[in-house]
Amino acid sequence: MRLRRLQLGLWVAAIAAMIIFAGTRWAIQGEGVAETSPAFTPVFTLADEEGRIRTSAEFRGKFLLVFFGFTNCPDVCPTTLSDVAQVMDDLGADAEKVQPLFVSIDPERDRRLGLAAYTAAFHPAILGLAGTEAETQAAANSFKIFYGRENDAAAPDGYSMAHSPGLFLIGPDGEWLRQFTYGTPAAEILSYLQTRF
Amino acid sequence: MKHLLLAATLSLTASAALACETVTVGDLSVEHGWSKVTIGAGRPGVFYVSISNSGATDDALVGISTPAAGMPMLHETVVKDGVASMPHAMSIPVPAGQSVQLSPGGYHGMLMGLTAALKEGDSFPVTLSFEKAGEVTVNVEVLSLRAEGPDCADAGQ
Ligand SMILES: [Cu+2]
Repeated sequence: MRLRRLQLGLWVAAIAAMIIFAGTRWAIQGEGVAETSPAFTPVFTLADEEGRIRTSAEFRGKFLLVFFGFTNCPDVCPTTLSDVAQVMDDLGADAEKVQPLFVSIDPERDRRLGLAAYTAAFHPAILGLAGTEAETQAAANSFKIFYGRENDAAAPDGYSMAHSPGLFLIGPDGEWLRQFTYGTPAAEILSYLQTRF
Repeated sequence: MKHLLLAATLSLTASAALACETVTVGDLSVEHGWSKVTIGAGRPGVFYVSISNSGATDDALVGISTPAAGMPMLHETVVKDGVASMPHAMSIPVPAGQSVQLSPGGYHGMLMGLTAALKEGDSFPVTLSFEKAGEVTVNVEVLSLRAEGPDCADAGQ
């Protein structure tokens, strides 16, 4: 009887592990597999650089270019944000139709280091958002993307962040349109946007 | 070390040619050392460079040091299953007859504990340590946030 209970316990644990694993895979696939996927509407509620709460709903009517990153990231993040800055410059008068967002996945440290100075260094149009841990996780889940903290004794403050490096495009009605994978040239992002106006 | 630091602080008006200098050690030549502006001194800087090995022996870059940062390290940006991370690279292979780039989205020097924020036009030395060839120092030029590399006449050679 005790053995059966143990067996049952192991089965429950194994099934739970499988469900968690499948869930993780599914979350990652939002980033990794398709550039376009069935329609869904990602939502977020996050504080901006000045601490005001901003929600996905208030940006209806604009295209959103959304990047999840952290400001202590010297390689991947500056490349993508520079591309976004270039796109905003090249859009000319159409720039008002696009709102670029930088969502911090390391919100506590980023607020401490200064989010506004960071986004402004790339382009004044980029809005930085840094919510609580729970709000950030909820936003990432809603965008079906992954991020995680990696402990690393050699990194600043003892950790670094792993994250989906794509740039996500949301339409004026709030629907997910596509992602641009890391390294997509600014010119390509620009011409895609221009086909949607 | 002190005088290097002073040199790094003083050389605020580096010419664009600085990153285009080639330095050699043994069979290795090292050029196009560049970095990017940092937003404050509290965030790490980055170091990119090209290394080519004209010899018949494999070598490897095993470390970097610079007066510009208290904790410089070699990293590799890895994108796996749609997730980017940047683990520490213990050594970066420089195989015989080949060249290797430390460039955006791949291998990079991570300059943690910056002595000062890096501003466009600044320059600072970085000493590279190779497993076999030993040490060599390059001048690194700080380029804008949007730069994709130094603009050298011989670029892409
Ligand atoms: Cu790094």
